Amino acid sequence: MLTLAELGVIREVRQDEDGVLVTITPTYSGCPAMESIRADIRSALRQAGFGRAEVRTVIAPPWTTDWISASGRRKLAEAGIAPPGAAPVRATGPIPINLSPRPTAVSCPRCGHTDTETLAAFGATACRELRRCPACREPFEHMREI
Amino acid sequence: MAFDDAYHALTDHDDDARWAYGTGFVDKLAGVPGDLPDGVDRADLAEYCLMLGDDALILSHRLQQWVTRAPELEDELALANIGLDLLGQARLLLTRAGVAEGWGRDEDDLAMRRDPSGFRNVRLAERADADFAHLVARLFALSTWRLALLDRLTASRDPMLAAIAAKGVKEVTYHRDYAAQWVVRLGDGTPLSHDRMRAAVETLAPQLAELFLSHPTEARLAEAGAAVDPATLEAEFTQVWTHVLQTATLTAQPVPSGAADAQPSGRAGEHTPALAEILDEMQGVARSVPGGAW
Repeated sequence: MLTLAELGVIREVRQDEDGVLVTITPTYSGCPAMESIRADIRSALRQAGFGRAEVRTVIAPPWTTDWISASGRRKLAEAGIAPPGAAPVRATGPIPINLSPRPTAVSCPRCGHTDTETLAAFGATACRELRRCPACREPFEHMREI
Repeated sequence: MAFDDAYHALTDHDDDARWAYGTGFVDKLAGVPGDLPDGVDRADLAEYCLMLGDDALILSHRLQQWVTRAPELEDELALANIGLDLLGQARLLLTRAGVAEGWGRDEDDLAMRRDPSGFRNVRLAERADADFAHLVARLFALSTWRLALLDRLTASRDPMLAAIAAKGVKEVTYHRDYAAQWVVRLGDGTPLSHDRMRAAVETLAPQLAELFLSHPTEARLAEAGAAVDPATLEAEFTQVWTHVLQTATLTAQPVPSGAADAQPSGRAGEHTPALAEILDEMQGVARSVPGGAW
């Protein structure tokens, strides 16, 4: 199971005499799972015997796929989802526009072939795109770099 | 998940796993800091957050209307995802507006219980799209403008606006890419797609001037270092607009500069009938069953 910590969603966990404070950050502004994530953390802490638990949300600094841990990336690949590469580095000046699909090197999570192609830049959720492997002919999902 | 039955999760007797509109939970953006910066007028900040939040909310609703109508399933997914990003930005901005005005209104009060004259979005956000070419042209224009705006807003003296902007920049970057790629594909496509893309751009171009008109609230808040004066966005917008239209083999329609005496209308609450039509649909359930839970 991929954990919230491996995804980089949990930013801090602190315990003092007032209880446990967990700080989380959304992946995308509109992430519809935030309410469930908060409820799950509270419920897990309750079940673990922590009576007083608070979940706090921060949005700065903004979440980046670079915060997904090595074990998180391995688990994504094992689940058939190609993990993200390095997030794009922002240069100074206006943000450049991309008029053709980004030439990212994404390896097929099934056969390891390195030269795969984009089928659709938007997948079932904001964080995933749909790709295809020309070697094993399987479609697969790739977590986009952000 | 914390529940085994989706119906159970929607009803009012669970602890804190409730999420549907009207199911009574509060503090949905739990813990997002609400402090206000010194030297920034509360009322101005509240109105400015409404402006940027309403742009996102109304455009998001227009994009949602395309789901089940787009030419390809992949584009419905794209438009739904872009709409969801914008809805998330709107939630943060409307929540911030409610905190700044200090009357206890939350994001749902502001989204669901305001009349058209209370909305502060630019008119371009509320336009209905005649076809897919009109949609991508409008999304391209609004994303280009919003990206330039949010990018500058990351330096706002209001740390919350700066944080919302920094998150939004990452998202609107790929919104703009998606729309611009469609403008190029259709413009530089078949004779039919070229003609329809050209017609869309010709219809849209005269309506762009409002994007660069400063409302007094924007001007005051920009002076205070918390907002972006939209007049400062025109050069970057025009550069991107011209580049994409040329790549799309479309004669670049000049971006009309506003007449010296032109006044912002949508920003002042003066809207086209299209906004009332959107609000009828968007607010219908919330208004007919106030505080309803099911």
